[in-house]
Amino acid sequence: MQDLVNIFVKSVFIDNMIFAYFLGMCSYLAVSKTVKTAVGLGAAVIFVLGITVPINYLLENYVLKAGALAWLSDDLAEVDLSFLSFIMFIAVIASMVQLVEMIVEKISPALYGALGIFLPLIAVNCSILGGALFMQERQYSTIAEATAFGLGSGFGWLLAIVAIAAIREKIRYSNVPAPLRGLGITFIITGLMGIAFMSFMGIQL
Amino acid sequence: MSEKKEALFSKKNRKLMTDPLDGSNPISVQVLGICSALAITVQVEQAFVMSAAVMAVLIFGNLIVSAMRNLIPSRIRIIVQLVIVAALVILVNELLKAFMPDVSEKLSVFVGLIITNCIIMGRLEAFALGNKVWPSLLDAIGNGIGYGWILVVVAFFRELFGSGKIFGFQIIPESFYDAGYMNNNMMILPPMALITVALIIWVQRSKNIDLIEEN
Repeated sequence: MQDLVNIFVKSVFIDNMIFAYFLGMCSYLAVSKTVKTAVGLGAAVIFVLGITVPINYLLENYVLKAGALAWLSDDLAEVDLSFLSFIMFIAVIASMVQLVEMIVEKISPALYGALGIFLPLIAVNCSILGGALFMQERQYSTIAEATAFGLGSGFGWLLAIVAIAAIREKIRYSNVPAPLRGLGITFIITGLMGIAFMSFMGIQL
Repeated sequence: MSEKKEALFSKKNRKLMTDPLDGSNPISVQVLGICSALAITVQVEQAFVMSAAVMAVLIFGNLIVSAMRNLIPSRIRIIVQLVIVAALVILVNELLKAFMPDVSEKLSVFVGLIITNCIIMGRLEAFALGNKVWPSLLDAIGNGIGYGWILVVVAFFRELFGSGKIFGFQIIPESFYDAGYMNNNMMILPPMALITVALIIWVQRSKNIDLIEEN
């Protein structure tokens, strides 16, 4: 259990998707004008990462990895399909997003109203595919660890986008140098927030 | 009635290629493909390889999608585009692993992330789907270079001030270090990439005031 908490905390603060790896920057910059929409998109990212990372984990360990097909028959124990992982992961993500969208629409129209417009955006959000690829690279040993990593990364992303949206709402009243307005100042603030987040690096987990 | 054939490098076509270098730069103006632009700019070599990879995927993706644009049903176009791009990225990744294993190691997941690089999807969606093959090719080259130059410039400053080297060669002489000069380790850290890009945006927008945004 403690391992899971460690992985979760580590992926929220130390390996934050935005501040340490810049994943999902496109939607981070585009949808961070108001806090309300930022919370909506952040929640959708947690949701999708929490679902796709475990699925891709199963896919990686029982289909794609070298020798992963051994459970089917001994003849397949040598097969290494890892070169297919990009296309499999992106297919899983795109279809999961579609599926989640349909299920949410059916079960909870209110949630769909809140998340609806953001869900299609998420299929091409780098942080989702990035989550799958980091999961593959770091080779988590159980599906629970992979899930903790997925949820943690999503939560870190939500934290980042809500923080920047709150700052951008306030900065509207400040006198920013004209050429820096909008994009430029957002970059600088994100950089400063990144420096602040680096102080978590000293934590040993 | 014969339609006048457009010259290969007519003014309009040249504009397709030169616009993305400055006025509609994919990174600093269209805000596409930021993720990879920031993460792999610690060294100039990585930045070069990454821009070449993105450019290759962009060019072939644009060509294929533009050639197939009348065959792709619009309801499933996103999936079709993703599959085309993913196939191209797999090719690029295998080539990098075979010929430049050490660079491929350093780029780690960022080669795979070319699939979801917004520049690729953005250009396919906004341009290749509605235009003929030749203009799409020019658009891809222009955007590829527009992406590449920002990457290389950011990487140049980060490597120069961060480790005193360019392409791995020592640029700042030993005597400087003896005199008390120190590498700025800050430049190697991720946040400085953001601030360097912000400075480029600052310079670009002070020159070209049409690009200034509302606060």
